[in-house]
Amino acid sequence: MPEKIGVYFDESAIKPLLNAQELAEFVSGKFGGVAPVVKTHPVLNSESGRKMIQEDIDAGNIDGVVVCGTSPRVDWDVYDFGPEILVERVNLRELCVMCYQNPDGTAPALDQPAPALMVGMAKDYVKMGVTKLVKTRKPEPEDIEITDTIMVLGGGWTGLTAAKFAAQSGKDVILVEKDDKLGGKVLNFKQTFPLDYPYTEAHDTGIEKLIAAVTGMKNVTVVTGATLEKLEGAPGKYTATAGGTEYSIGAVILATGWVPGNTKQFLAPMGYGTLKNVYTSAEFEVMARDGKIPADKTVAFALDVDLCVAGAEKVAPETCEPVEELPAENAEGEVAEASFESKETARHIKYGSEVSSMVALKQANYVADAGGIGMVLYDHMKVLGINEKYYKAAQDKPGVMLAKVRITGVSQDADGGVIVTAKDSLLGENVEFKADILVLPTPIVPTTAVDPVINLAYRQGPAFPDLELFDGFADSNYICFPYETRRTGVYAAGCVRQPMTLATAREDAAGAALKAIQCVSCADRGVAVHPRSGDSSYPVFNFLRCTQCKRCTEECPFGALDDDAKGTPLPNPTRCRRCGTCMGACPERVISFDNYNIDQIGSAIKEIEVPNDMAADGPRIIVLACENDAYPALDMAALRGKRWSPYVRFLPVRCLGSVNAIWVADAMSKGIDGVLLMGCKYGADYQCHFIKGSELCSRRAENIAETLKRLGVEPERVEQVEVAIDDYDKIPGLVGRFVDYVLSIGPNPFKGY
Amino acid sequence: MSNNSILVIGGGFAGITAALEAAEMGYEVFIVEKNPFLGGRVAQLNKYFPKLCPPSCGLEIQFQRIKKNKNVKFFTQAEVASVTGSKGDYEVKVKIQPRFVVPQAVDFSALAAGLEGGASSEFEFGLVSRKPLYMDVPFAFPHRYVLDKAACSGDDLAKLGGNEFVDLDDTAKEIVLNVGSIVVATGWKPYDMKKLTNLGGGKIANVVSNMQLERLAAASGPTGGKILRPGDGKAPKTIAFVQCAGSRDENHLNYCSYICCMASLKQAAYIAEQYPDAKVVIYYIDLRTPGRYENFAQRILDIENVHAVKGKVAKVVEDKKTGKVVVTVENAVTGIKNDDEYDMVVLATGMQPSLAGAKLPMNVPVDEDGFVVGGEEQGIFVAGCAGKPLDVMKTAQSGTGTALKAVQTVS
Repeated sequence: MPEKIGVYFDESAIKPLLNAQELAEFVSGKFGGVAPVVKTHPVLNSESGRKMIQEDIDAGNIDGVVVCGTSPRVDWDVYDFGPEILVERVNLRELCVMCYQNPDGTAPALDQPAPALMVGMAKDYVKMGVTKLVKTRKPEPEDIEITDTIMVLGGGWTGLTAAKFAAQSGKDVILVEKDDKLGGKVLNFKQTFPLDYPYTEAHDTGIEKLIAAVTGMKNVTVVTGATLEKLEGAPGKYTATAGGTEYSIGAVILATGWVPGNTKQFLAPMGYGTLKNVYTSAEFEVMARDGKIPADKTVAFALDVDLCVAGAEKVAPETCEPVEELPAENAEGEVAEASFESKETARHIKYGSEVSSMVALKQANYVADAGGIGMVLYDHMKVLGINEKYYKAAQDKPGVMLAKVRITGVSQDADGGVIVTAKDSLLGENVEFKADILVLPTPIVPTTAVDPVINLAYRQGPAFPDLELFDGFADSNYICFPYETRRTGVYAAGCVRQPMTLATAREDAAGAALKAIQCVSCADRGVAVHPRSGDSSYPVFNFLRCTQCKRCTEECPFGALDDDAKGTPLPNPTRCRRCGTCMGACPERVISFDNYNIDQIGSAIKEIEVPNDMAADGPRIIVLACENDAYPALDMAALRGKRWSPYVRFLPVRCLGSVNAIWVADAMSKGIDGVLLMGCKYGADYQCHFIKGSELCSRRAENIAETLKRLGVEPERVEQVEVAIDDYDKIPGLVGRFVDYVLSIGPNPFKGY
Repeated sequence: MSNNSILVIGGGFAGITAALEAAEMGYEVFIVEKNPFLGGRVAQLNKYFPKLCPPSCGLEIQFQRIKKNKNVKFFTQAEVASVTGSKGDYEVKVKIQPRFVVPQAVDFSALAAGLEGGASSEFEFGLVSRKPLYMDVPFAFPHRYVLDKAACSGDDLAKLGGNEFVDLDDTAKEIVLNVGSIVVATGWKPYDMKKLTNLGGGKIANVVSNMQLERLAAASGPTGGKILRPGDGKAPKTIAFVQCAGSRDENHLNYCSYICCMASLKQAAYIAEQYPDAKVVIYYIDLRTPGRYENFAQRILDIENVHAVKGKVAKVVEDKKTGKVVVTVENAVTGIKNDDEYDMVVLATGMQPSLAGAKLPMNVPVDEDGFVVGGEEQGIFVAGCAGKPLDVMKTAQSGTGTALKAVQTVS
């Protein structure tokens, strides 16, 4: 906790309106001893400005720095004085000078002294900044004894590749395969479509070589005939039980792949299971591998599967359901076995369309090579990107026939063959194809759709949460961050994550291996992984006050908190992403971070000067803004010349999930007239960096309303809005509307008390 | 002597991802980016498919990670001039162009607005011009203006010379980096639509490329996010998308560009949101919507005024009187051609590797299209669209996997 703070004003960032000298005198008068050094500089973010601060640090005059000038999003490198010196940035340029608007909607005149309201706003922000810094401690990373062994679940193509990459990085690897031998589904393959340049010819998969390479590595332990029965603990110190044996491991790569699922049910509309000579592509591949493709036959490969999928339309998931259904507790307080609901649907046939298209082309080649005719009946040939080259090669291959059709029916011919009726997609005519064999796409159903697989001994249950959003795939919701699951330390790769080709799975395995190794390394250094990578703070619990209400353990989006029999939370710092959701959830203010806590933000709120007469001096409104998306949008709006009401004060928060009702209560008891919460979109396509933060905040609205009612304040004074990072042009409208609303309901009844 | 630092060529999504993932494993990484800002093509996108979320959100996270990690050092306006040495021990000379402004985040908006010179904005794909002193990338990182001295008038130079934060005498410099491994993340460029002469690319005012439409739909773009016809600034009531504009075509790009089907569906969503009554037609050969993107495709195609029509567009011409665009679609079998008239046409142009027609100063194998197809044995690894066409999600995947290979080379 800094005791001697230096407060520095950047004249270049606030002129010509604000007078740095005047603000400096205000700070000296207000804070005195806490802030022994208060200085102004014509260009603080210049080399000479930086030097001035550095000299004060070196002379031992200060141990904390408050910079009043540009946004904290810029000049970060200028104001970095090493890990020992805490720096708080007061954004006077973007969020005061640039965005300031007079109450009558005009911009401030540049040739006049700053309006009193602007000076008041600047003073509020400076006070808030100093107060925040006073309440900040330098986080000390927790020292945890870790193991960096990586467990790879699944000994198929992806798992073997991941194991190889992890072992090559010098890690001990435990490779767990449920079958009695390694290789997985690829053992059934005759060939793979091309993995590398020039992408035109199918070739051997190389699985035998891969198995030999992995089993030959000294630091790889192979466990076959086993699955993961239990995973307990946290990244860096998991205990994994597989095949009845306990292993100490640091992180998990989930490469358990896929199953064909309920083919009998879902492929039945196209004759599978009822007609003769109808196979799945997986079955046909085994025939090919075993040299059992009959010579000189005609084989149809159906890629248009709408007959199977029609009626299985994707239903949008409910957007605002409660977080997770927690396993019910029985009388003894033991958590009952959670039931797992299969996520498999007929649509899984379609999700595999890219792989199915490539497989059909490959298998049509097999048929042609056996002297027959391979007919690919497709509506959309989904060979994306570079794989177009393989498609082109197939087009030139004698014996491979391609027809763009929509299949309307499948029936048995008198001679045991199969008749496929279809509508030609180009001509619109009805056509009929006669084949000796019909091959249907194999649905790619991720193992996680039909089983929890990772069997976590976590308070929030054994499986990944919210899998229905991803049709059961252990996928990431993030386009930019494909390996993020909601369970820190578990990284999915291959077809358990998305349907993918061997070429993509190979790359996926490398990526997941990196994330697993990186996670263990972060645990070792006591720092957070994505998205607050490198943050060495972690939630500290003051258990004396804990009432075992379980809100924190239930709400943590990452399932980081377990609990004991009484319901007291058991933190797992290496599972934690430092979002602060637990801190926001706790009604007893038990949870804090060194660099972010209830007292810090609450005290900053209390620094806001609230005039007693709203009619004369305007209302005061706090905007708690998500620092990840809403805050940059505010900066951007200001830089684009947008202005808004002078009555609002912005306070960045880690995530709306970290907003504690007490802050709102503090604000209201101080006479603040309204609180606007700006956070990310929630629901199925959520954008919250911490997945559930903004959604949880919205669900806590009821609690907040209760608190306000108890205080005798109208709950409408608090509102949450969704602001995406590119909503910058909407900021003035959002703020303006809320300010008008607050004006319309009149002053906070607490004003003046 | 071996060196355990990593060079990443290209500061787009693949390069940033590879750099950060390696840096967060504890390795020193240098990003060399030829543009004045990081972010590459992703910074030019309005929304991502399938979530329709803003790409700047992911970039902002990446920039935060860069700010917090001292292992990452980046150079903008920089290009690799030479590479010598071998795997584990490369010496790389990097040439950095002058920016002509001080390193800190100075607000030059007033100064820039007062300049009279200008140049066509590359960032906006030529849809507008920009000032010689500019920071046209939204959420620009680094947050620093850049001066295009050649675009300045004499008066401009006089004005700029008087500003304490501008240094007109700034010069190019060369630095030397010692690294053990190199990641090539040079990315892609939109296929030059002027080469699509039958489709009116670059000739017809109301024919735009899909990347231009991204800018027209972006709040930070030339129209403030309102999709308007470039020809007359009017709101379009009928819009056609021409898929495979250059892609899957031996005369242009001999491969599928991976993203265009999904991109057009996404852009149809932009239009449907802004103009619910506008008619959108997507002309395609195959709709390539892999994996669970299928759900997104269905959602968009369920919109009443969005139609997907199977057919290869043979010709696009302009009706000079009305500014409308006439699209000739050929029936593949009968050969009968149909003419349809639209207010605006979007060419779903494909991606061409940045290295097509360019060359890195090192010996890395490149195929006939310009994609990097090797180099691993030299400790040189490709990430993202420099290797093959990919979407952003797969680019992030590629960048992460590549980071591990680079790390293994230097550790």
